[in-house]
Amino acid sequence: MSFLKISNLSVDYKMRKETVYAAKNINIEVNKGEILGLVGESGSGKSTIANAVINLIDEPGKISTGTIKLGDLDINKDTSKTINYRGKKIGLIFQDPQTSLNPILTIGEQLIETIQTHINISKEEAKKRSIDLLKEVGIKDAENRFDNYPHQFSGGMRQRVVISLALCCEPELLIADEPTTALDVSIQSQILDLIKKLTRERNLAVILITHDMGVIAETTNRVAVMKNGNLVEVGPTKEVLTKPKEIYTKSLVSSVPPTDKKISRFIIIEKENKTEKETNLKILNRWTKKKLTEQDLVQVKNLSKSFDDNFFTENSKNSVIAVNDVSFDIKEGESFGLVGESGSGKSTIAKMIVNLYKPSSGDVFFDNVCITKIKRNSEMMNFRKQIQMIFQDPYSSLNGRLKVKDIVSEPIKLHNPSISRIDLDNYISDLLESVELTQSSSERYPHEFSGGQRQRISIARALATQPRLLICDEPTSALDVSIQAQILNLLKDLQEQLNLTILFISHDLPVVRQMCDRIGVLKDGKLCEISNTEELFHKPQNEYTKELLHLMPKIESIYN
Amino acid sequence: MGNNLISTWARIKDSDIYHSFIKSPTAIISSSILIIIFFCSFFVELVTPYNPFDPSSLSLMDAFTPPSWTEDGLAKFILGTDGQGRDMLATILYGSRISLIVGFAAILFSLILGVSLGLTAGYFGGKYEMIVMRLTDVQLTVPSILMALLVDGIARGIISREMHDEMAIYVLIFAIGISEWPQFARVSRAATLVEKNKDYVSASKIIGVSNLIIMFKHILPNILRPVLVIGTIGLALAIIAEATLSFLGVGVPPTTPSLGTLIRLGNDFLFSGEWWITFFPAIFLVILAFSINLLGDWMRDTLNPRLKK
Repeated sequence: MSFLKISNLSVDYKMRKETVYAAKNINIEVNKGEILGLVGESGSGKSTIANAVINLIDEPGKISTGTIKLGDLDINKDTSKTINYRGKKIGLIFQDPQTSLNPILTIGEQLIETIQTHINISKEEAKKRSIDLLKEVGIKDAENRFDNYPHQFSGGMRQRVVISLALCCEPELLIADEPTTALDVSIQSQILDLIKKLTRERNLAVILITHDMGVIAETTNRVAVMKNGNLVEVGPTKEVLTKPKEIYTKSLVSSVPPTDKKISRFIIIEKENKTEKETNLKILNRWTKKKLTEQDLVQVKNLSKSFDDNFFTENSKNSVIAVNDVSFDIKEGESFGLVGESGSGKSTIAKMIVNLYKPSSGDVFFDNVCITKIKRNSEMMNFRKQIQMIFQDPYSSLNGRLKVKDIVSEPIKLHNPSISRIDLDNYISDLLESVELTQSSSERYPHEFSGGQRQRISIARALATQPRLLICDEPTSALDVSIQAQILNLLKDLQEQLNLTILFISHDLPVVRQMCDRIGVLKDGKLCEISNTEELFHKPQNEYTKELLHLMPKIESIYN
Repeated sequence: MGNNLISTWARIKDSDIYHSFIKSPTAIISSSILIIIFFCSFFVELVTPYNPFDPSSLSLMDAFTPPSWTEDGLAKFILGTDGQGRDMLATILYGSRISLIVGFAAILFSLILGVSLGLTAGYFGGKYEMIVMRLTDVQLTVPSILMALLVDGIARGIISREMHDEMAIYVLIFAIGISEWPQFARVSRAATLVEKNKDYVSASKIIGVSNLIIMFKHILPNILRPVLVIGTIGLALAIIAEATLSFLGVGVPPTTPSLGTLIRLGNDFLFSGEWWITFFPAIFLVILAFSINLLGDWMRDTLNPRLKK
């Protein structure tokens, strides 16, 4: 008899135009002492299931059929009682530790409040219990930190506090909804280890919701794969990941960038066979393709940038050093990767290369010209067109008030004002074709497209000026893994055909490994190590690089 | 072209704004009232046979006729007549035309002034932003009606007496407009600060688009929603401000009466029993301002997703 038994669960949302089925006839069981991974892309209904279990489905959604049994109790039947299970029998961990704690209460107050809501004990006992809990989740010096406010903890520590809150009434079921997505790699592995340890020691039943296949491989015992509200496949993690039965699971597994080797392309498994893609891009006719030389296209020399928020005095003591004496070169036609955790200065470097920020000191040379010292706008325009950038967030990087064709034509018209209307239309359609978008896209607005398609529009806009250097700032971190594989394939194809030089910025080591020839590792604004990709992954020199490589979740760990 | 129009109409019909409009009785009623008022005011010649500005229409015989449903009322003067025997309904409609023109022009003036200052201040930042925003702070400490009175007073000092009646309406538009711009500047600056850090602005900068085009082609359309909302509510304020100034006698001259002038003129007869001369223009002003405000409230709820439940 399994501990949590969800049978035949359906959740639907009645919208104005149609009814959206967030979950359709789901059957899932979770046993005690086991971690069930719930994996799927955004909108697949992972969180809906978790919300159904704790009865937190927002209006206008409702559970239309099915039962949820916790032990012998049918918790779905009498919703007035669910509130007693929530927090007491079921513990919850949310994605963002910033928002799941109340900033104006000390963590001690929050723990005591939660304990006293569910268990009838005195304040002193509750306090003693909270401190024991904090120790259990690995918070050092728990007695003193008991009276601290959430902002006095780092992100990882805060997530530990959230876990202790989830555990404080000794729940038997723990639901973790993307518990490590907002955290850096090094902290992610600590939190996952903690969850594993607690599952073992307390004999918990755990549902771990995530989109990260590496996390699934390293943490879970069994995995359930979801797509569009349907349960595609359930089974022991090892079996599902190594011998997937369903096409969707196969394509999901094959789109995950492998961490142990470099592959030339991601294999994309689709139901219908697409016609063979044309090998020659039409935009090539307009492209003055650069010959690959051994010369450096970009040279970054001793670049530093500090930000100060003081309005009246510059160079005050309050300044934050974002980039500190960074130097590297990128050869023509090369893919150079910059890797680092959040706040390491990756994006700041990119913004200095494209001249959005002025460096505090140091220079950037492009084609042996120092572009950071250019004063005249007309001179700068020549370089603007050779350096283009793709951004992380596909939603804010396109102006929602303009049609796709106006977005793509803006750079063309700006750098070639005399272009004829027919030629412009042809160029736009060639560009859209090169990023694999249909011709009818040009008359539509950005909000009609999905995240991956928007990123393609972004790429088309960046290619419009025929750049030599393309800077990709986390181009796929906001996308689902199968879409990520498609975009990465597209970037690889474009680079091959157009001899583009790419500066690829990411926090995701497996992705960088697939994309880059050489990699630079950044930490706190300093460059720790630069070396060829394979060398870096096999023989890392720097301690920090070693740690990063060791900690990244590996989907391959399932084979061991 | 025809196809384009049809598809645009289909898009509008499909949009959330259209649906929220259909679902909101307040919005439907207030906008219907406004459409009727606007139509009757701007095409007043089609609505009523009387022209209160035509001296031949004056007939002292009909002076002080009460509304038609009262004992002494005449069917041809629905809302009665004033002291010169002019039809009240026609006078109100002609007056509301002046009020609406002044209100729209004033709010357009302050919208253009406030948005350009707020947009540039938010976009460029630095000392320029500080000066503009402190200026709005200073002006917000002075009640807007006082500001308008001040401008009007200065204008009287500068413009000669003969010119004054001609210029009065422009002075009024300027006076009301200049007292309302800080609202627009504040809202558009705040919205610009959010928009200018979005990646689409960075993308345009990287392409090499000039600041002017980034501000007016890219950022402006994205900040228009909140600006239009306060513009609608501001329109009601501007119409009331015009009425207040005219009531005080510093607005439009009595030869081209607006709603405020009519209320003031009628006020003299209030205690001698001819209540309708001031009552109808006043109630008309209330309905007009109330409808605009209700429509503005609905717009704010619909266009600002943060307020949605």
